[in-house]
Amino acid sequence: MNIGGLKHIFRPLVAPLRNPGALGRLVAIGALLAVTTGLFLYAGGWFTPGALTPAAIIGTFERVNGVHPGFRRNHAKGVCVTGYFESNGAGQSLSKALIFLPGRVPIVGRFALAGGLPYASDTPQTVRSLAVLFKLPDGEEWRTAMINIPVFTVNTPQAFADFLLASAPDPATGKDNPTARNAFLAKHPETAAALRVIRSHPFSSGFADSPYYALNAFRFLNAKGESTPVRWWMAPDQTSQTAPSAARNYLFDALIAQVHATPLHWRLILTVGQPGDPTADATLPWPPDRKQIDAGILTIDSIESEDTSPARDINFDPLVLPDGIAPSDDPLLSARSAAYSQSFTRREGEHKDPSAISTEKVGK
Amino acid sequence: MSTTKNPTQFAFLSRILHWLMAALLVAMLFIGVAMVSSLGNYHRLLTIHRPLGILILILAAIRLATRMLTRLPAFPPSMPQSERVVATASERLLYTLFFALPLVGWAMLSAGHYPIVMFGAVHLPPILPARPGLYAALRATHTVLAYLLFITFLAHAFAVLFHTLVLRDGLLNRMVPWSVRTAEGEDRN
Repeated sequence: MNIGGLKHIFRPLVAPLRNPGALGRLVAIGALLAVTTGLFLYAGGWFTPGALTPAAIIGTFERVNGVHPGFRRNHAKGVCVTGYFESNGAGQSLSKALIFLPGRVPIVGRFALAGGLPYASDTPQTVRSLAVLFKLPDGEEWRTAMINIPVFTVNTPQAFADFLLASAPDPATGKDNPTARNAFLAKHPETAAALRVIRSHPFSSGFADSPYYALNAFRFLNAKGESTPVRWWMAPDQTSQTAPSAARNYLFDALIAQVHATPLHWRLILTVGQPGDPTADATLPWPPDRKQIDAGILTIDSIESEDTSPARDINFDPLVLPDGIAPSDDPLLSARSAAYSQSFTRREGEHKDPSAISTEKVGK
Repeated sequence: MSTTKNPTQFAFLSRILHWLMAALLVAMLFIGVAMVSSLGNYHRLLTIHRPLGILILILAAIRLATRMLTRLPAFPPSMPQSERVVATASERLLYTLFFALPLVGWAMLSAGHYPIVMFGAVHLPPILPARPGLYAALRATHTVLAYLLFITFLAHAFAVLFHTLVLRDGLLNRMVPWSVRTAEGEDRN
């Protein structure tokens, strides 16, 4: 190695440091850049490893359910559907979003069971979900992920993570852990109250005859610039019963047969909030006399396994919203968006195992 | 010496764009790193992150065009040849990242089947088909490039401050927004 050459490079760099004050200025530069780096890492959460982050929430799901590569970390077991939404124009009074102009837009969606186990057995008590992506004519999208309970169980991201752990089976015994659950409920009266509301709305028999609630409040902005708090839900048109069964996939099997037999319909109902109605607390129901606007009919006429449907690789992020619908001050909304994104990023980079609801089962 | 033929400063537009982009890029790096670790501020920051990234892409294109169409100031005589090579390489890396980061972000959202929302109803078309594996690879690339930009920014800031405050060769004068005449009067006509 040519040491003489290195000296030639370094001598002019070192020499100026002998000038009066030069070393002090060099130290000041170093300090400035060190502080900048520190602030950058602090903003990235490097100094607060215990903080509740999107990665921590998804990590909690993985701790409770195990890691099932390629699958959603929650609502892992599902089936994809397509169809259309036919707006009747009634939503225009609340929102300028193009979805509410009279007419038809295509949708893709997904029915699923809550929980992170992609091969879990269907049970009548498992929370069911319907996620929908509305494709607006100008290329905008509206994505919504709804479940079949009328209020949510928690009202903050921290409570969500804590409740997830408290409701999980004891890792040592694999059995339910009522002590942890009761301790959580004692600390969270809002959850205890929400569970009473949820129990007063018994689950329907299957996917097709179930309502699905968006739970969080949003702000609807109309052409006049008025902002209205709104919660929405999907009211089923069909009353077709699903017989309880011990078969592993009985809820999905019934849904597949129902969609093959006839298109399924839900009405999109906009619940109009009034000043003072809670928008930042998804555990609190709004008074039952709030105005309900029937905005149109969702039709589902085709069903497809996740193994082939593009909907497998769609993140039903509740904050993908068209112009005219905006988030409320509910802290769960941003947290859901962040956590869904984390789950999406993890599963999209993983090997994909076949869905429990296979192409063969769906018959398509 | 041929330096008398060269301007002592970058073109006025280049200098303005430099400081504007510096502020936006530092803000963008902090928004990005905070966004991915935050639940409560995630959506608010993401809403700023997307259009700001596209704004940086546009400014980078204007800046590159300005750089190519105007004459560049010479390096100060205090800079040895070896350091000039490093400085030129780091400038090329910075310009590459100005373009690569927004384009990878845009491509990543396209591959992830996301709408690329700017503001209101305004959104951009996808530049790639929706493909899960591609999304994951681009998402990781976006992070790696962002950290690389932060490190390159630190190195750039250190080099310029070292020249300006320790060597006191007036290197920063080439880029300050106001007009500077050199001691040798090179700017005089």
